[in-house]
Amino acid sequence: MTVVAELKDLTKTYSNKIVVNDVNLQIYEGEILALLGPNGSGKSTILKILAFIESPTGGTVEFQGEKVNYKKTEQVRLQSTLVFQKTALFSTSVYNNVAYGLKIRGVTKSVQEEEVKKALKLVRLEGFEKRPAKKLSGGEQQRVAIARALALKTKLLLLDEPTANLDPKNAGILEEVIETVNRENKVTMVMATHNMFQAEKLPHRIALMSEGKITEIGTPAEVFGKLSKNLASFAAVENTFSGYAKPTSEGTTIVDLGSNVQVEIAEIREGEITIFVNPQDIILCQEPPQSSARNVFNGKITEITDLGNLVNLKVDIGKIFSAQITKRSYNEMTLTLGSQVCIVFKASSVNVF
Amino acid sequence: MEQNAHHNTETTLETFTIKRTRDLADILGGIIEAFRLLLTGDPELYGILSRSLLFSGTAIILAALWGIPIALLIALKDFRGKTILKTLFSTMIGLPTVVLGLLLFLVFARGSILGPLGLLYAPSGIIIGQALLVTPVLVSIGISAIESVDLEIMSLAKTLGASESQAQMAVLKEALNGVILANVASFNRAIGELGVVLIIGGNIAGGGARTDVLTTAISRATQLGEIGYAVALGILLMIIVFTVNIIVALLRRANQIVELVKHHTLN
Repeated sequence: MTVVAELKDLTKTYSNKIVVNDVNLQIYEGEILALLGPNGSGKSTILKILAFIESPTGGTVEFQGEKVNYKKTEQVRLQSTLVFQKTALFSTSVYNNVAYGLKIRGVTKSVQEEEVKKALKLVRLEGFEKRPAKKLSGGEQQRVAIARALALKTKLLLLDEPTANLDPKNAGILEEVIETVNRENKVTMVMATHNMFQAEKLPHRIALMSEGKITEIGTPAEVFGKLSKNLASFAAVENTFSGYAKPTSEGTTIVDLGSNVQVEIAEIREGEITIFVNPQDIILCQEPPQSSARNVFNGKITEITDLGNLVNLKVDIGKIFSAQITKRSYNEMTLTLGSQVCIVFKASSVNVF
Repeated sequence: MEQNAHHNTETTLETFTIKRTRDLADILGGIIEAFRLLLTGDPELYGILSRSLLFSGTAIILAALWGIPIALLIALKDFRGKTILKTLFSTMIGLPTVVLGLLLFLVFARGSILGPLGLLYAPSGIIIGQALLVTPVLVSIGISAIESVDLEIMSLAKTLGASESQAQMAVLKEALNGVILANVASFNRAIGELGVVLIIGGNIAGGGARTDVLTTAISRATQLGEIGYAVALGILLMIIVFTVNIIVALLRRANQIVELVKHHTLN
């Protein structure tokens, strides 16, 4: 397999804080590699170093067989591009946003128009050229950002939590785009994510990160296989829990996560397992509802993070669960820190590893 | 003797009353005269106006040439003494124009360091003086405009392939509204200031290179009792300042309206 980029003994410190700690990593041509780990584990920093907009403190980076000189990155930057987690757009039209990198590369106007059109079609934003980019919805804005990166056809495409702040519909569209582009155009991608479910679906390989180090690397099956045996290092990833599974007589399984939290899952398992619940699959309510959902827990809000259109809430039910709801629901429910709420999710929303 | 003194006081009072009446009449007549001059397109009046626009306009272009790069540098780079430098520029906004005029006089005067360049009592001297005067305004407002732009824009431009200077241009473009505001504020300060233009320009109303502008001409006309002329010049000065501000406000609103219309018609 051809190696596109290689990190050798890579270290990055910010004012004496080690963010990336002695990382060795090869990125193969045509693969999707996921950096999976909790916030602050060094994923974004590695992406910025691979995008050549941040320089390493120690170690080296080889790109297409050549050692990168971080004092002179203007040329090599043209071959790698990063889509930020927090959508960044220029205050101009969608067209000008997507065409920006093409203009920098001196592409002729007709080719520019064609490429912009193709890229917008990929992210299903055909005909959006003249719209002011910043007036679009959060999900559409992130799709513009992805289209802008795709239009450049760089050797390396880096995605920092591409779907973290998106509603399920937009997240679905983007996951599809990532898959299509990788399959059809053989684009090499590295994406950072803390969403285990996404890490299981999309990538060919996963590098598990914790405190600036890569702790495991391999195919999703390999990594998750090891993971269930050794989960302590990974507990910080949201909504990922391990527990002892015991089948019920109704064909489901109860997983005891400890601290009096028992989650019902929709398949039969026994023994130590790891589960993940997508924060977007969790419904938040003020009173326990009459519903078909098997998992209903009371708890209180311990953390609120504004993600633009969405709000991320941490709810303590004995274990800390993250739930993502829209800003509108959040405002309507008048939630604050310490609010008593209940969280509800279906047994079939629980992903089992 | 006492009577005489009393008489004298009365005469003084009388003269004062007469003088005041005449002044009031002068002012009223002056305003009428002002409109006559404005409407008939008095060449002398409009000559002064065009000089004011030319000097201050050129000064702003000159100041922008160095002020915007300075603002970019201070706003985007991290270096020791950055805060001190920023404070220095914002403090300099308050520098009295007369003091700057005096300082420049000392440097421009014949026999001084820049004496041989012949900047004193010349249009070029006024332009340089005004450009220096507005630099702190331009740099300070420029810095806050650039700093208000999302820091990620710089990284964004770079990851899309921009060079360092192209990325800086992208940031500047995002800060455009603020940078325009900085230039307008600078222009207003330049065209309305008296100190530099009086001391460096010398208010020369005759000969080859005239240096009298709106502010200095108002000051001279008032002293000479040419109230009509002074008022006419004053009106012109106010018109310029208001027009520039109104145009900028309209442009910004038009921009917003265009975006709004686009947004609603396309949705």
